Amino acid sequence: MADVKERKGDGKNKYSIIIPTYNERLNIALIVYLIFKHLRDVDFEIIVVDDGSPDGTQEIVKQLQHLYGEDRILLRARAKKLGLGTAYIHGLKHATGDFVVIMDADLSHHPKYLPSFIKKQLETNASIVTGTRYVKGGGVHGWNLMRKLTSRGANVLAQTLLWPGVSDLTGSFRLYKKSVLEDVISSCVSKGYVFQMEMIVRATRKGYHIEEVPITFVDRVFGTSKLGGSEIVEYLKGLVYLLLTT
Amino acid sequence: MKHIVKILSMVVGISTFWIGLLQAAIVPRSHTWLLPIYFVVSLGCYGLLMVGTGLMQFPTCPQEAVLLQQDIAEAKDFFKHKGVDVGSD
Repeated sequence: MADVKERKGDGKNKYSIIIPTYNERLNIALIVYLIFKHLRDVDFEIIVVDDGSPDGTQEIVKQLQHLYGEDRILLRARAKKLGLGTAYIHGLKHATGDFVVIMDADLSHHPKYLPSFIKKQLETNASIVTGTRYVKGGGVHGWNLMRKLTSRGANVLAQTLLWPGVSDLTGSFRLYKKSVLEDVISSCVSKGYVFQMEMIVRATRKGYHIEEVPITFVDRVFGTSKLGGSEIVEYLKGLVYLLLTT
Repeated sequence: MKHIVKILSMVVGISTFWIGLLQAAIVPRSHTWLLPIYFVVSLGCYGLLMVGTGLMQFPTCPQEAVLLQQDIAEAKDFFKHKGVDVGSD
């Protein structure tokens, strides 16, 4: 009943897509094009939270605003790199949709899956729909054997310790009911990908209805960024933190 | 209830059962003493099995990289005459 009252007069849902960016001059244009391509009959807005990119990302966003309209593309920049969690909070403040999508700007998350997120949520009335790379229909491209091994090992460990209720804990391609995102994000304190884990674990603990859709993930960055010992230590520390505090 | 409390209660429950087995001596004591070790080892083996099978069945999608390149070309083409600068970075 409450859902019906919250909707706009024409009964359609509006989706706010928050995309944090840092030096994504080219990718931001590509991703905006693909979002418009795949969400033709959907009421949405794109909120770009740019952390003062030196490569001119904001200029490109302004060009996109000129093309698509400032009501469809919102630029809500910040002065410098301030972290992912706060980027979402910042974007949330300006979101006028009933639902919020979070996704990465580097095209590892493909907008073509957005309709399946929306459909799943409408079918199940879930509070959160999260993309999973680890089920049939999903997948990853661009990882070598070692990377897959660490990912799988990390996942098994997290499943055993935390019982998180989702198959992909560190994924950051998700659709939230706006009120649910606001509630969960206020209780999260971690940084980086542990933050993504904390979000979904806290949501599970709070009893929110979470559904998953398969997504494919094309990692174009992995070759350049290494998954070293310090990342593994951070991950283990994050697991213990979540084990003890959720 | 916090998750850690749930896990600790399970551990306490299993330990109580184990101590009970030791005292009742239904199963020969020498076997019972080794039960925790069997348990930990089986848990470890199970974990390794999950990692191994997961790794073998790891879903990959090489065709997605190709599709992505096509999408990128399509997008660049669209923007060329629309005042959005998509030259290479």
